[in-house]
Amino acid sequence: MFELYFLLLFMILGAIIAVEMKDLLSSVVAVGAVGLGLSVAFLILKAPDLAITQLVVEILCLIILIRATIRRDIPPLERGKEVVGSIMVLLFIGGFLFFAYSALKDLPSFGHPIMRVSQNYLAEGLKKTGATNLVTSVILDFRAYDTLGEATVLFTAVVGVLVVLRRIGRKKVGEIVKEEDE
Amino acid sequence: MIYLMCLILFSIGIYCILVKRNLIKIIIGIGIVEYAVNLFFILLGYRAGGRAPILDEKQVVQNMVDPLPQALILTAIVIGLAVTVLIVSIAVRIYEKYGTFDITKIRRLRG
Amino acid sequence: MTLIVKTITRLTVGLILLYGIYIVTHGHLSPGGGFAGGVIIALSFVHLMLAFGKDLALKKLSESLASFFESFGAIMFLTIALLGFIGGYFFFNFVFKGKPFNLFSAGIIPLCNIAICLKVGAGLFAVFVALVLLSSTTQKGNK
Repeated sequence: MFELYFLLLFMILGAIIAVEMKDLLSSVVAVGAVGLGLSVAFLILKAPDLAITQLVVEILCLIILIRATIRRDIPPLERGKEVVGSIMVLLFIGGFLFFAYSALKDLPSFGHPIMRVSQNYLAEGLKKTGATNLVTSVILDFRAYDTLGEATVLFTAVVGVLVVLRRIGRKKVGEIVKEEDE
Repeated sequence: MIYLMCLILFSIGIYCILVKRNLIKIIIGIGIVEYAVNLFFILLGYRAGGRAPILDEKQVVQNMVDPLPQALILTAIVIGLAVTVLIVSIAVRIYEKYGTFDITKIRRLRG
Repeated sequence: MTLIVKTITRLTVGLILLYGIYIVTHGHLSPGGGFAGGVIIALSFVHLMLAFGKDLALKKLSESLASFFESFGAIMFLTIALLGFIGGYFFFNFVFKGKPFNLFSAGIIPLCNIAICLKVGAGLFAVFVALVLLSSTTQKGNK
């Protein structure tokens, strides 16, 4: 799995660039590169459904982020970074990685999963649902309730965005309120 | 070993959320954390030498990777999109009101 | 936008919409499904808006029509779920399952895919329209 290691290294480098650059547009582009690398990683791990969905979702996220930052690029005044806070965060992350490494030994080794429930889905998926794409049969027949929950979350997010971005609200003195149709 | 690299990606995102002062950098950190968690789940379900979970007409052997984590992460990717869209819209409103993205200056609570 | 962008958009926007519909309707036979197809359809309208400005895109799909489609998709998904009570329990697969590898097979799964595609596509387009309208009034208000 040499290409998977290489891709993960590329994603880690992209993430470090996205975190450390001072220019906002460059870091948004770097996080877009990390997302596209993730889509290729899904393809290497034999998950084509996820690769398509991650690609298009990443493109939409990039468009919305660039739209939000393109004309508002005023860099904040750096009045000296907080050194004590950064050191404490680095210590916390070091401790977290140490404990995670000793906990990862209990997981099954990479490439040999324990598929206790999925053996059932793989063996009887075609007979019970009639669909040949087994991932679709899992999300829309065996676990359709989760899809209902996800549709509700999306609906709530859209309603939330349309409420936050309204112009009709409180009027300040001297401000002209434009009537907007939503 | 590959799990550890995935967790390093996760910790880069956590560092970005906790240390940076620009609001857009915090949103980028949340995005990196989401990518790392989704990748970790799919790494758990990979079977060495397996096929994609799509049935074929003339298939001989049925040696597929795990379809259950893929179904769960499909939901998670779309929910991640919804969360990102919502917090970007809140950030745009904050910029309109305060004129800056710096979180140390956005502290006034309206009574 | 420049002339090159406008020409390419005019040529490819219909193909992107058609590709999105293909991914939605063949969701039970090949990878894809309702969510990816819905986002692709929303992206085709966003592409139109980025190249030609918001007036032309809003003429193709107005805000009230987008809001209607989103609610209609959600209600259709819930109705299909409630109709499962005919067979026994919530979300029961009650439509006749044909032969595999056909387009009209797999029970309620294609109908659910279409409902989710309408919901996701219309919702994401409405979000983008709201973002564009906000920044345009901000620009006019600052001048």
